[in-house]
Amino acid sequence: MEEIFIKLFSYLQMPFVRYAIIVGVLIALCSSLLGVNLVLKRFSFIGDGLSHVAFGAIAVAAVTGLTNNMLIVLPVTIISAVLLLRTGENARIKGDAAIAMISVGALAVGYLLMNTFKTSTNVSGDVCTTLFGSTSIITLTPTDVWICAVLSLIVVAMFIIFYNKIFAVTFDESFARATGTKVSVINLIIAVIIAVVIVVAMTLVGSLLISALVIFPALSAMRVFKSFKSVTLCSACISVVCAFFGIIASILFSTPVGATIVVVDIAAFLIFAGIGTVKSGLHG
Amino acid sequence: MSQLTCQHLSLGYDGREIISNLSFHVDAGDYLCIVGENGSGKSTLMKTLLGLRRPMKGEITTGDGLTANTIGYLPQQTVVQKDFPASVREIVISGFQGRRGLRPFYTRAEKRIALENIKKMGIEHLQNRCYRELSGGQQQRVLLARALCATQKMLLLDEPVAGLDPKVTADMYELIETLNQEEGITIIMISHDIEAALKYATHVLHIGNTIFFGTRRQFIDSKVGRQLYNTKGA
Repeated sequence: MEEIFIKLFSYLQMPFVRYAIIVGVLIALCSSLLGVNLVLKRFSFIGDGLSHVAFGAIAVAAVTGLTNNMLIVLPVTIISAVLLLRTGENARIKGDAAIAMISVGALAVGYLLMNTFKTSTNVSGDVCTTLFGSTSIITLTPTDVWICAVLSLIVVAMFIIFYNKIFAVTFDESFARATGTKVSVINLIIAVIIAVVIVVAMTLVGSLLISALVIFPALSAMRVFKSFKSVTLCSACISVVCAFFGIIASILFSTPVGATIVVVDIAAFLIFAGIGTVKSGLHG
Repeated sequence: MSQLTCQHLSLGYDGREIISNLSFHVDAGDYLCIVGENGSGKSTLMKTLLGLRRPMKGEITTGDGLTANTIGYLPQQTVVQKDFPASVREIVISGFQGRRGLRPFYTRAEKRIALENIKKMGIEHLQNRCYRELSGGQQQRVLLARALCATQKMLLLDEPVAGLDPKVTADMYELIETLNQEEGITIIMISHDIEAALKYATHVLHIGNTIFFGTRRQFIDSKVGRQLYNTKGA
């Protein structure tokens, strides 16, 4: 036991470990905020879809040799998010189908581009890194940490400012519209927040595991808590705690960061599902 | 001046008219019941009145201090709401949302009015409970309290008693009548239930093959009214 702590402390001395923990916790916080809304609006897979779009955009950036790929990735992902969430209202292609189409399409195009215009000798390694986020979180520079911190702050601030409006629009869109709320503006804001979260989160868990980061904390919290506020707060806490312990565990046992965090999230979900069952058993 | 006037309205989907040349008006304190067969366009008309759809022809004008933001609305329940984790209080206060522009948080006065509306609906003991655990009648009361937060003038109700048992249905009608009589709120209600329409309403609008608009008395004496009333009564 003592050995583990000594190992942990020696790692915490290193700046890149501290950066990883800061960034990881911030991303976990942001991605959990909109989870409840997305789950309830049947958009659970939007994280997956958008992260594949971002993957495609990264491939384009790599091929065209852009040094700062955020310039392409962020706008493309935001546009896709807006388009995807708009289809929910009045489209020929329904939400789940639209997400499936965009996500698979972007993934294929991205992989094709990476393969055709090889920029490095290890294509499958590159793809693996983008999909599973394997090592990028421990190669963060102070600038990355600052960008991530600022974006997270903006996301959290936006969420708090629009919290009541987001609630009204998610709970009952037609009532909100009928009584004068600018529903389309709020939906646009939600889409932009989601897109920013996903682009930021890609550095941590990679595109494949983002959905897990968005959905698991929300679902866990919904098992136990009954009001929107408590569910939102609880899912933020679960997400932060899971990310923290996930990162520590991945350092101690040298496991992949993203996958470890998701496993911790799954464990948390099982615990909360258990608590929920016991609670409803006591009441009913 | 009327609160709501509709002139020569035509409504429909994809260029096909369901209702054409519909004219009626609602004055402050009226209790209007909109009746008609399934598919006759009742819900379409309701959505048009709320400004959620545009009429194909004709126009809707509001007056007497009524604007879009001051109409309260009791919609039919949606699938999303069935498993939404939200407390009664959170839902009721969200009724203020449309009127508050960019201010992010609710004021103390709004919280107080929300609580008053919860009391009016007789669901004070439920205010911290989770919406999805309530019975159908209790859920309708919650949504009605929310609608009251959005309005002091006019309530639009879309099948408010659908799926409720007879006792709860009667309570619901009583409650709506109280709002109409004591608070002076104008009521526009879509209903399948002709008998209730004739018991409480001051005016009736029948849409479908024959369009009728008039007071309750005129409706009972009219051809379409006699037809419906007799078949129901028999």
